[in-house]
Amino acid sequence: MNILKKALILAVPVMFLAGCASAPTDTADDGQLGADSGTQSSTAGFGAGDASDSSRGIDDSDSSVETMGLSDGSDISTQSLTLDLDDPSSLLAKRVIYFDFDRSKVRSEFNEIIGAHAAYLAENPGAMVKLEGHADERGSREYNIGLGERRGNSVARHFGLQGASRNQLEVVSFGEERPVATGHDDSSWSLNRRVEIVYLRQR
Amino acid sequence: MKVIVRSLLLWMVCLGSSAQAALTIEITQGVKGAMPIAVVPFSWEGPRVEAPIDIAAIITANLHRSGRFSPLPERDMLAKPRDPSKVNFQNWSSLGVESLVVGKLRALQNNQYQVQFILFDVFRGTQITGQTFNMRGGRTDLRKTAHQVSDIIYEALLGERGAFDTQVAYVTQAQDAAGKPRYSLQVADADGYGPQAILNSRHPLMSPSWSPDGKKLAYVTFEKGRPAIYTQNVRSGKREKISSFRGINGAPAWSPDGTRLAMVLSKGGSADIYVMNLLNKKLTRLTTSYAIDTEPVWTPGGDAIVFTSDRGGKPQLYQVTLSGRQVKRLTFEGEYNARATLSPDGRLVAMVHGSGDRYRIAVMDLQNGALQVLTDSVLDESPSFAPNGSMIIYATENQNRGVLSAVSVDGRVRQRLVLQEGEAREPVWSPYHR
Repeated sequence: MNILKKALILAVPVMFLAGCASAPTDTADDGQLGADSGTQSSTAGFGAGDASDSSRGIDDSDSSVETMGLSDGSDISTQSLTLDLDDPSSLLAKRVIYFDFDRSKVRSEFNEIIGAHAAYLAENPGAMVKLEGHADERGSREYNIGLGERRGNSVARHFGLQGASRNQLEVVSFGEERPVATGHDDSSWSLNRRVEIVYLRQR
Repeated sequence: MKVIVRSLLLWMVCLGSSAQAALTIEITQGVKGAMPIAVVPFSWEGPRVEAPIDIAAIITANLHRSGRFSPLPERDMLAKPRDPSKVNFQNWSSLGVESLVVGKLRALQNNQYQVQFILFDVFRGTQITGQTFNMRGGRTDLRKTAHQVSDIIYEALLGERGAFDTQVAYVTQAQDAAGKPRYSLQVADADGYGPQAILNSRHPLMSPSWSPDGKKLAYVTFEKGRPAIYTQNVRSGKREKISSFRGINGAPAWSPDGTRLAMVLSKGGSADIYVMNLLNKKLTRLTTSYAIDTEPVWTPGGDAIVFTSDRGGKPQLYQVTLSGRQVKRLTFEGEYNARATLSPDGRLVAMVHGSGDRYRIAVMDLQNGALQVLTDSVLDESPSFAPNGSMIIYATENQNRGVLSAVSVDGRVRQRLVLQEGEAREPVWSPYHR
């Protein structure tokens, strides 16, 4: 929770502050999110901070798919008040959401990560994110394109519910065409069923 | 199931002399009752000692690969008659040979060649057919002639058109020196010979589809970081961007008359089937479900489209008429049926049939709904019918590698095309015309 606080302390949008300050719960609220979405996480538990960090430099303008996911940690000297995309200890450094087989429902364990990114987008209206949907190799390729997009849309819906604007989000599905693990077994498949959060640029 | 590994040797003869041949073929399952035939090495008349190409070896390999013939190995031949009038039918008959091919390759002037052949009925001692071809002497042209001769023999003896003088397109993925993936769209002869990349990309390529005249391919490229559908002239390389809407641009499929392209777009919210008029680029939306509707294929008459949809929960095959947009479900057996391909006569639909963790190729009779599983691997995908409907080419995994295989429509004969580098996937058999 320390890490969470540190990462999000400045980013929690005002809309969340009042209701969340005292209740770090995992409120199930599927109905509100729509059939496809998972448990709504509370972005709760984060105290309201001094939201003065809007000029934080996100310099991820040309990140390619290959380099995303883990930052190199070269500028760890982040202060406690910064919410930095390049801080490897930040929730924002986590940029992959995993899925169950043939499913597009976001598992509740990823709500915190999505919440952090959504909060970041809400705080940085110029930031843009590409949600890249992927599937494992089982089944036909074009169906998996559809499945990857459905996963991307599912994550996008969560982003929206947590304060990001849909204009900051683009969903692109790669289906099974870009696996991160090339084995033909459960462990590889579970790594490949994913949505990658890729920061594009800051307007 | 007993697997008989047959005669790799034959392929060494056929392909061994050419380092360009990136594909070899193994027959992994034999068939009883294949027709015994002998193709005598063609005689050669020309200035050089060696013939530029072994026509008989190519024909032999083709016939063997079809699974319908059992060619006599050259080493078992008692004689190799050059002159059709010198054939001793009794000798061939005693070897169990029913049909015999004798032929000749001649060098003419100006880099022209002539191929002549005669197909004999050994028991009757009579000529079934024979033909003379004159052609320019490029290696490709000579191979093409060998495929044409193979087609004539196939049709004369089996009464159905051969599909040897055709091509196959497919996608390969390999790694460059830096370990980054490289994707290529390849076109090769139907026997795997002479693959040529018509497009190379650092980004995924998908879903090649032949135009009905065999002159163009439509495909999906991610070269701009997002999917787009292009068509490309196979010979000239000239290409045209057809569609790059927001969201999915996928699964292009040419209408039988070549004027329209079915495709999958998600600009309306979820993946749906659309048809684009290629002249005016006007779009017609055929499905409107919230489900994933994808992988359209046209019926031969062009009046309906078969597609994959998970509107019922799991992916199954459906059909929608172009007029009226009436939708009916086609598949009910198995929990996963996707990626349809229709036989040229429209009577059979082949698909990826998933049950448990196995995805195999199955074929269903559209009249009576009978479904037959043709393959026994675990990750088979992308079936595509030969233009004569006799075989289905598909992608599978072998020793952790994507390879291409073909299976006869009755499931009795399977063959594997092994790529020497990288992975091959999404094979599509060309139509007859080139």
